[in-house]
Amino acid sequence: MSTLHTVNKSAYERDSLETCVRLASKGNSVLLIEDGVYSAMSGGNKSSIIEGAGDLNFYVLGPDVKARGISEDRLIDGVKVVDYKGFVELTVDNDKVSAWL
Amino acid sequence: MSDAKKFMYINRKAPYGTVYAWESLEVVLIGAAFDQDVSLAFVGDGVYQLTKGQDTSEVGIKNFSPTYSALGDYDVNKIYIEKESLEARGLTLDDLQHLVWEDEDEDWAEKDSIRVVTSAELAALFEEQDIMLSF
Repeated sequence: MSTLHTVNKSAYERDSLETCVRLASKGNSVLLIEDGVYSAMSGGNKSSIIEGAGDLNFYVLGPDVKARGISEDRLIDGVKVVDYKGFVELTVDNDKVSAWL
Repeated sequence: MSDAKKFMYINRKAPYGTVYAWESLEVVLIGAAFDQDVSLAFVGDGVYQLTKGQDTSEVGIKNFSPTYSALGDYDVNKIYIEKESLEARGLTLDDLQHLVWEDEDEDWAEKDSIRVVTSAELAALFEEQDIMLSF
């Protein structure tokens, strides 16, 4: 069963991303939205959550990245940027969505 | 001004995920009209409020980040950023807006409003305050 996980809070503020990554299965996708996109920035104390996550696919919602003034070259390598259409496609392509609040 | 109190507004939340950052800024601007001694601290995810280049055109939320540059005109010119919070997030002062104020006692010389301080320095500043408001 393929699962899309969404995380909407900063890893610096709460542990939802850490919990999500710990409990997600190999091959699952994780889409960071709203304040969740801060966790995809490189060079921070929490960058290792994504860098060390292994076999998961990470995405960020581009409009949320842009809103927060994060330049895409600051994102951790391998994190893909999607737009709203990409969000919908991820939702359709996976069997279910698990929203970590 | 003898009855002016020292106000410290502590900002701990990222700008758009919740309404705290915007609410704080509104309270600061309203409070600034009452001639008090106002300081702002940005701690934790609050440091994200001041990042440069915010563009909310695709998320349908007002981009209020340009408003911070108006603080100097309201004599709000003591803006403290906790060094540890900035570093933990892989950010430097260069990632933040350059906020300035004009010092009328020095022929309107333009001065920096932002000061990066350590946790210990911030703790000492907190001790000096009469009123603390946390957002």
